[in-house]
Amino acid sequence: MNRRLGWFEPLPQATDLPVLLPTAERRAPRSPAELWSGLPRIRLRAWHGLALGLVFTLSAGFAEAQTGAGRPSVVATLIKWTPLLFSGFLFNIAISVLAMAGGTAVGIFLGLGQIARRAPVRGVAWLVTHFFRNAPWLVLLFFCMYLLPFQVTVFGTTVPLPDWVKATFGLALPVMANVAEIVRGAVQSIPSAQWESAAALAFTRRQIIWMIILPQGMKRMLPPWMNLYAILAMDTVLASIVGVNEVMTLTGDALGAESRPELLLPFYSYILIWFFLYCYPIALWTTRLERRFAVDR
Amino acid sequence: MPSIAERRAMSKSTDRPIVSIHDVHKSFGAIEVLKGVSLDVGKGEVVCIIGPSGSGKSTLLRCINALVPIDRGEIRVADHDVHKLKTDRELIALRRDVAMVFQQYNLFPHKTAIENVMMAPIHVLKEDKAEVEARARRLLAKVRLEQKADAYPGELSGGQQQRVAIARGLAMRPQVMLFDEVTAALDPETVKEVLVTIREVAEEGMTCILVTHEMGFARELADHMYFTDQGIIVEHGPPAEFFANPRETRTREFLSQIL
Repeated sequence: MNRRLGWFEPLPQATDLPVLLPTAERRAPRSPAELWSGLPRIRLRAWHGLALGLVFTLSAGFAEAQTGAGRPSVVATLIKWTPLLFSGFLFNIAISVLAMAGGTAVGIFLGLGQIARRAPVRGVAWLVTHFFRNAPWLVLLFFCMYLLPFQVTVFGTTVPLPDWVKATFGLALPVMANVAEIVRGAVQSIPSAQWESAAALAFTRRQIIWMIILPQGMKRMLPPWMNLYAILAMDTVLASIVGVNEVMTLTGDALGAESRPELLLPFYSYILIWFFLYCYPIALWTTRLERRFAVDR
Repeated sequence: MPSIAERRAMSKSTDRPIVSIHDVHKSFGAIEVLKGVSLDVGKGEVVCIIGPSGSGKSTLLRCINALVPIDRGEIRVADHDVHKLKTDRELIALRRDVAMVFQQYNLFPHKTAIENVMMAPIHVLKEDKAEVEARARRLLAKVRLEQKADAYPGELSGGQQQRVAIARGLAMRPQVMLFDEVTAALDPETVKEVLVTIREVAEEGMTCILVTHEMGFARELADHMYFTDQGIIVEHGPPAEFFANPRETRTREFLSQIL
């Protein structure tokens, strides 16, 4: 059984390769499925896009039919708002890229912390990872919105923290925890013999991790990491709830300004199509990488 | 230019042994794997350890470079008191002097053959890259794989991978080389190419400790044979005598099964 050990449990002593003890707890080969570590797997298909297109076309046609004489057509209205909405969409992308970059950078160390030799380090890393991985994303977002100050003073310089920066922090936290799990899983999927032969060549533990183990784990980490990014990109719309001027907020504003309820469905399906166009290639590439690496092993 | 045999004779010395193991005990949980093992290996000597599986041979080999810490006893390798080593720095100093070749080759799959050979000298010994590369090419030529320098381990046969692994060990210019059943995972037709390589390494005066099942090879190459069973050394001696007149019943039984 591939039971997960809590950090508080002692590491098993029964291995004939004690140099590996820090990682021995989960030496059994892990299936790639485990690397997805509990996140939903984004499986977008081309027909999903076609279906969205159909919904958009139908709803736009329906709205057009309801448009009173003398009012601008649905398409003209959409085109009018597109520059603003698109700037909001770019904002979503920016937030997702920043949150992913920050979350990944910290998450790698958090993941390595979970396999550290010192028990307290493992304990803290385990606790942090599991707290942020299991907390609802929206709750973390609210936490950051209301707990982070509106400005911080570093070395006498005051840096304002606008809402979108706080939202980025809020989204980076679950990313961090999920990256930590991906890294931990990938590191532990590398055969213990690699640790042993590297240790026999007098590499330090740090060198072994960064030069030998992580590079080999890379191709296992990449598909779940990209999946995580697709999830994050879609979840950036959560920031609208806390008042960031991203695409959902702006769409709401636009609809409010137009005050034509029939536009609701065309507008939102229009935005959905953007998200689809952004995430579909990522999902496609993820699946392709996953397949290629599955053949390699 | 002295002959190989003469060079070997010259490199051997009657000084204190380069590897000295005294009364080593090791348990894994309740299982006692080594129950007081002692052996000495002189500089330039070739020592073969044979014995049934589970007799502690591989564990003994891993104690020498501290991949396995021992419970009791003493191990000295060159100037390192292995049983006293605590810090990473001390362990690394020891492992710079002791190379090891594994049954499953354990090359780094994400690096080419020559990168496998070059990595440790560059990053562990901090040697000049160009110099290391020249040495790596010489070593690959020596194991007859200069054509395969840029191949990844996955593109090489087992025997070729094992020869790269030997070159990788030699690149550290160790004082002692440990071979852990290095031909056990190979196809019969590739065993020979690896044995030829090991013989060349041994004939150049490298101190070698081999755990092996290749009796013919051991008889021909070894200066000293050790037979282990159930965590102790049952019998040891020069190969001629060891194979012709084993004294202990257990040795005789084992040899009759395997020969």
